[in-house]
Amino acid sequence: MRLEVEDLAFSYRDDRVLEGITFGVDGREFVGVLGPNGCGKTTLIKCVNHVLSPEGSVRFGGHDVASMSTADRAKHFAYVPQALSMGMATTVFESVLMGRRPHVRWGVGESDLAMVSAALQRLKISHLAFRKMTQISGGERQKAVIARALVQEPSLLLLDEPTSALDVRHQLEVMSLIREITLERDIGALMAIHDLNLAARFCDVIIVLHHGRVVAAGPPASLLTPALIEQVYGVTAIVGREGVLPFILPVEPVGGALR
Amino acid sequence: MEEESRKITGQYRHMQGRRLLFVTVLAVSILLLAIVSTLIGSAGLTAGEVISAVLAGIAPGFFSSDLLSYTIIWDLRLHRVLFAIVAGFGLAVAGAVMQGVLRNPLASPFTLGIASAATFGAALAIILIPTALSGEIALVASAFLASALAAATIYGLSRYRGVSAESMVLAGIILMYLFGAISSFLQYIGTTEQLQAVVFWMFGSLQNTSWEKLALVTLVVAVTTPFLIMRAWDLNVLGMGDQVAQSLGVKVERTRTLHMMVASLITASVICFTGTIGFIGLVSPHITRLAIGGDHRYLIVASGMVGALILLGADGLARTILAPQIIPVGIMTAFIGIPFFLYLFMRRREEYW
Repeated sequence: MRLEVEDLAFSYRDDRVLEGITFGVDGREFVGVLGPNGCGKTTLIKCVNHVLSPEGSVRFGGHDVASMSTADRAKHFAYVPQALSMGMATTVFESVLMGRRPHVRWGVGESDLAMVSAALQRLKISHLAFRKMTQISGGERQKAVIARALVQEPSLLLLDEPTSALDVRHQLEVMSLIREITLERDIGALMAIHDLNLAARFCDVIIVLHHGRVVAAGPPASLLTPALIEQVYGVTAIVGREGVLPFILPVEPVGGALR
Repeated sequence: MEEESRKITGQYRHMQGRRLLFVTVLAVSILLLAIVSTLIGSAGLTAGEVISAVLAGIAPGFFSSDLLSYTIIWDLRLHRVLFAIVAGFGLAVAGAVMQGVLRNPLASPFTLGIASAATFGAALAIILIPTALSGEIALVASAFLASALAAATIYGLSRYRGVSAESMVLAGIILMYLFGAISSFLQYIGTTEQLQAVVFWMFGSLQNTSWEKLALVTLVVAVTTPFLIMRAWDLNVLGMGDQVAQSLGVKVERTRTLHMMVASLITASVICFTGTIGFIGLVSPHITRLAIGGDHRYLIVASGMVGALILLGADGLARTILAPQIIPVGIMTAFIGIPFFLYLFMRRREEYW
């Protein structure tokens, strides 16, 4: 199902955070949202599933997301937040099981439990199933939250910097997992991400935000140029290529470092 | 992969089994303790007298009993024992719900001002309405209305600031101090006799229970508890944070408000009759979480049963330790609850909250 965002805007009180945002995410498409701190990436992710209520139109599979019920939205969108609330000390298994909440009434069946076990194994954290969420590392917790999003069986994954707590190996694992999932299940993924190289390597399309507006959008190979990086991040960078994929080496802030 | 799955789901099933076992053991313990509680008392009835009195009340055609034992059992002891169960259950359920919905281990009817509001209501009735000392309807109504007012104020204040868990906790704490100060002022201006009545009320006691009061409280608990259990997933999910809960289909503000109101209603309907029986609402959910974890599908009922057990045990001890003197049960709950809680708290070092 296709997500269509048209002329979306959002303000925190008088502070206009997003303005005139238009883009789409197809099934099987992996879209990265890039931009410096405070450019509105997180806000945009939350506007899509109406955790925040934006102006403009957000449609999913042809339906207006604003007029969907909270329960219906939960069946369509899984959301992986940036700041992970530790929550109460539930076990990893039970925490992941909560992803089934939109689909179960009260009791959980064999299939729900099997789904949770499968997700834990897929993220390679099944050995932690009965540890408490508070007793595992930040990266493991991040993976548990992604597992929860998988068992939610969404039609679109919304991820807010899911790799920032992870080391290089786990970053690659998680990114390729999300890539695989989009193709396996025919679903889209929209991810806010800081790491230009990961975005360039895994995303089909990237959207670059700057001061709450889209300044560039398209396939990473053609989009990520030194000029764009300098404009958006204020950084001079070398953009090299490995085959068709660009890699980015930031060199120094324009105008010198902090003194 | 298949085998690993079976192992993990098996382990989960095993955990569920332990939870059911815990609930069963609690149910049996409550029943046994209720029987013991009915048998003991300052009147010194024998077990035989108690049993025939109970049976004579249930099936008057088939059993008979002497008038004294019959009166002691049916007019004094039995409704008190049952009231202890229902009141302990209700207070603990209210505490579990408040802690869950506010994600705060310190939340309870007593730390959120509901109980101090009731004290204020009771003190107001005792000091302003002379008949309150003898006739108690005014006192009960005043205590109930004051706690309802407190709940409404918490809601109003947090509505103004945005219904976040933090603002509700803060609003509750503000109210606790406010009503505490007013009650102190009322005691300050009251006569010695009135002061004594207020202080006695604050100790909490099951002295004045009756079948009518039991029926009322039971009705409230019986209507609200199934609702809370049915919505247990919402509380589980709220523990993960508001935005995650919302993305999992929970209407966060509505759920939080509704649950707080229900928990306050239970609290108010219990303590307007008993006075402030503290501690149970705070500690029973913690004891339960230590034992069976935080899944509210089990936690709510099991907390209630732990609460019932504590209050029943406390009242039994309160009636016997200094018999024929009866210690106010509010004092007793802390005396028996705290060592038990400390034991669990020290023994289980892993984080449970």
